[in-house]
Amino acid sequence: MAILFGTQEWADAACKELNESQAYKEAAKNWEGDIYIIVDPDPSFKHRIINYFDLWHGECRSGCVVKDENEKSPKYRIWGPFTIMNQVLQKKVDPVQAMMTGKLKVKGDMAQIMKMPRAAVELVNCMTMFETVFPD
Amino acid sequence: MWYFVVPEVVFGEDALSRLAELKGKSAFIVTDKNIVNLGFIDKVKEQLSQAGIKSNVFDEVEPDPSLQTVRKGVVLMNQYQPDWIVAVGGGSVMDAAKSMRVEYERPDIKAEEINPFISDLGLGTKTKLICIPTTSGTGAEVTFAVVLTDTADQRKLGLINCEILSDIAIVDPAFTVAMPPQITSDTGMDALTHAVEGFSCTWKNDFTDGLCIRATQLIFQYLPRAVKNGQDMEAREKMHNAATVAGIGFGNSLAALAHATGHSLGAVFHTPHGRAVGLFLPYTIEFIGDAREELWTEIAYALKLEVPKGKKAASVLAQAIRDLSRNIKQPLSIKEAGIPSDKFNSSMEKLIDNTMADGSLIVSARVPNVAETEKFFRYAYEGKSIDF
Repeated sequence: MAILFGTQEWADAACKELNESQAYKEAAKNWEGDIYIIVDPDPSFKHRIINYFDLWHGECRSGCVVKDENEKSPKYRIWGPFTIMNQVLQKKVDPVQAMMTGKLKVKGDMAQIMKMPRAAVELVNCMTMFETVFPD
Repeated sequence: MWYFVVPEVVFGEDALSRLAELKGKSAFIVTDKNIVNLGFIDKVKEQLSQAGIKSNVFDEVEPDPSLQTVRKGVVLMNQYQPDWIVAVGGGSVMDAAKSMRVEYERPDIKAEEINPFISDLGLGTKTKLICIPTTSGTGAEVTFAVVLTDTADQRKLGLINCEILSDIAIVDPAFTVAMPPQITSDTGMDALTHAVEGFSCTWKNDFTDGLCIRATQLIFQYLPRAVKNGQDMEAREKMHNAATVAGIGFGNSLAALAHATGHSLGAVFHTPHGRAVGLFLPYTIEFIGDAREELWTEIAYALKLEVPKGKKAASVLAQAIRDLSRNIKQPLSIKEAGIPSDKFNSSMEKLIDNTMADGSLIVSARVPNVAETEKFFRYAYEGKSIDF
């Protein structure tokens, strides 16, 4: 069953996939830091959606939707327009290539990301393990 | 969306004379002592002086260059203020020079912070970089990747950014004649691994496929000749071209599992880079196996290898690479590479950790988990074909 993006149910589903993924657990075993995944509006999508995940040593300790970006101060932020995020979640665009070409932006401790690039890939992989629908 | 980036490539006999056409005042030559002793730097300086460019030499780059060496070079660069940086050497020298160039032009960015997500490095305003390879393998003269060693952490840092590409690559075969057979062999295996992984990784693309296939053909044809007779200038030139062609190929698609495991082995046991990645290449092909069978078939076809009915192209190609390796005196197993079993076993955790953290792994067509990585290393230690 498809889960609506930008809801607590979606954040819970992503968190569950992360906690059940052996690949993520192994790739992110030294990962320390929470993250915002932000979908920005573009001509085909009018909402701004901020998902928050508390990631710690291969585990997702919690996930939620945040209304105000200042509500938390995560160590990492990944953001980009809806069209790109949608393509990433549908596995039509490689997330790392999207980041390298500036389609998705990344902010945070780059040294840690460079030490664990596969953690970022597996994070996104987990979010593609279930069907997502976006609000109108 | 993806990029295909390549510097100006000047190749063939007398390519070095491109230096005499440069415009500028001063050049900072980055190299190592061995290259100086071979007289290559004198040739470079002579060409630069014809262009009216004075030069200064930094010859302290070690194999597997460290962050400390990069810092040392940058201090001197800042004093000298060159408008050209000329790297003359193998991959270590070129990687060190590429890193120094970033810190020289962008003092706000440390070499270890180079990452693919910085989109505005803005290099090229203060200086330009020329790479002159003296080995035929690394491809560093045309790639936007750098490998540095963090000596404190006993780990290699794979740093990538599209903008750290050299401005000019001078691929002159005259610089390879003095290369000893073992280094010719090691670096040639590096080039072959670039070509095969560039063709088979998940970021392969239409712009790189042809380059990788052509490089593979050239390497199979000319590497044994170049190893056997270093004075065979046709083989030298073809291998030098092949290494750069493979570099452009894999540089725009990436390398994969053989590089992840090779980097790991090299960081722990200091196995030369090309020897390490080349050693793992056939095991990698076997491990990825069916996930890329159609591509192994394409490579086998390009090499005119017969794939008997009922046999997989992956195993035929892996065997052909092992035959080539044996022919050019490469180890076929980690044991043959001279690593004692007690040291190998006690380093297993580090070998696995390094592999799992390596950036190359993300584009492997099949990514091993921790248990599979350990098994992979154990098979490669014993020289057993991968069957899992």
